[in-house]
Amino acid sequence: MHIASSYDRARVNINKDLVAASATPLVLAILAEGESYGYSILKRVRELSGGDLEWTDGMLYPLLHRLLRLGYVTTEWRTPPGGRRRRYYAITDDGRAALAEQQRQWVTVTRALGGVWRDSGWLPTALREA
Amino acid sequence: MDGVESQIAEWRAYVAKAPGVNGRDLDELDAHLRDQIAELGAAGLDDDEAFLVAVKRMGDLDSLSREFAREHSGRLWKQLVLSGEGDPARSSSRWFEALAFALAAAVAMQVARLVARFPDEEPEWLFLNIGLLVLPFLAGYFAHRRGLDPRRWALTAAPFALVALVVNLYPFRADSSTEVLVALYLPVALWFAVAYPYMGGTLRSHERRMDFVRFTGEWVIYYALIALGGGVLLMLTVLIFEPLGAGVDERVVEWVLPSGAAGAVIVAAWLVESKQHVVENMAPVLTMLFTPLFALMLTAAAAIYAVSGVAGEFDRELLGVFDALLVVVLGLVLYAMSAREAARPAGPMDRVQLLAVASALVLDLMVLGAMVARIGDLGLTPNRVAALGLNLVLLVNLAGAAWLSMRFLTGRVAFHRLERWQTSYLPVFAIWAATVVVALPPLFAFD
Repeated sequence: MHIASSYDRARVNINKDLVAASATPLVLAILAEGESYGYSILKRVRELSGGDLEWTDGMLYPLLHRLLRLGYVTTEWRTPPGGRRRRYYAITDDGRAALAEQQRQWVTVTRALGGVWRDSGWLPTALREA
Repeated sequence: MDGVESQIAEWRAYVAKAPGVNGRDLDELDAHLRDQIAELGAAGLDDDEAFLVAVKRMGDLDSLSREFAREHSGRLWKQLVLSGEGDPARSSSRWFEALAFALAAAVAMQVARLVARFPDEEPEWLFLNIGLLVLPFLAGYFAHRRGLDPRRWALTAAPFALVALVVNLYPFRADSSTEVLVALYLPVALWFAVAYPYMGGTLRSHERRMDFVRFTGEWVIYYALIALGGGVLLMLTVLIFEPLGAGVDERVVEWVLPSGAAGAVIVAAWLVESKQHVVENMAPVLTMLFTPLFALMLTAAAAIYAVSGVAGEFDRELLGVFDALLVVVLGLVLYAMSAREAARPAGPMDRVQLLAVASALVLDLMVLGAMVARIGDLGLTPNRVAALGLNLVLLVNLAGAAWLSMRFLTGRVAFHRLERWQTSYLPVFAIWAATVVVALPPLFAFD
């Protein structure tokens, strides 16, 4: 059986370091959309990356606990009506500030990369493949 | 569904054994696993398949445990978890390693005692060098244990060699008070030199610095326990040997006490490293017990001083007493800090602690104000400079801690900031101790 991705393209294997570096801004950005819990954050990550960003599920929790210690998020155990007891995380003002800072850094990096790829004519190739 | 329930229970028991993962983490992972199984089940997988896929996605236990331990470094013996990767054979030989260094320290101390003919004679150089007889072995123990490279070994040895040269070449006068100060401050300065090999040569890491603070506190507890037990042992020994007469009991004490005290420094360090989970339960209890008592004593004292005023006679020793008080309060703050989960919200204990710190600050400011006003007619002696300097160093630290603690209690900063303040401040203590040892004697002409 042949499994094709819904976008009909080759899957991108994202380098481990890049996954690790993007994890914090991604989680903060997802929490900026509204409070959430671990499993649903992971689902959102998969959805946003079209399944290209593969996280080991368990690793999300140490990351969330680090954000908690840094004061970027707050947490609360809650049982929604008709649901399972879960630990919800919500972003704080400090977290929003950290997210804004991360955004600036990522925009700068992608702009620089975009510039050099456009100039050297790589971008069309990359886009065609994607 | 029973099948899945028992499988989940088994998985829980398995993960619970991993160091670094505690009960609440487990609840969270459990909820995640169930969500995943439910979703896979809805997509058509049967229970067994869904369980297997969900567990696989969770990641392998070793790296998971390591990630948790890395984040919650204070939670447990992370040395074993983090540096023990693929190296389980070494843990069995570790007590041997500690014993070798402890013996070396004991022998060094004994040789020095024999050369100095202590206690028949009491040469100054012996007291001056006590820290240098013991702490290099502690540094060596950590350098060896952390597997430092030759360059880092050299950097570990450098401060010890430097200080050994400096204090032994200084031409102290007879009955010099700077010499006494050096003897007092040298072990403190060298303790900070031990921090370098302890942290594996990573001085900039704030997490490692916090580990060193924690290590220091736990080492003090273990050393006090060993000293208590050793004291009882020695007392009984003396009683048993007394009938033999001819001063046999005194000889035993002369030989055993110095070597025992030196060796215990390394043994206590080894105990902290390998039996950390024991003492980790002790630090929170001690904090819970003594923080309210100190808060009570300090607020009462501050109130009495405020009413009666500090105008009354206070002798020269008072500043020293207040230095000791601030050191103890700082110790309480640090113990409380290391005992507490950084992510926990502010509780009543944090308020009690802030009260203790604030009272100590008020008391100290009153005494310091009176002291500084009179420094003109009292004159600057080495002792007064050292006491005043230490007081200022501690005052700034506690004032900063109180300010941040207030902001933490009102929910404006995360607890992490308090930790960061203390770990950033550590070099100040080290620099002050080094200054007293190295710079103060020449400034006062070795008087």
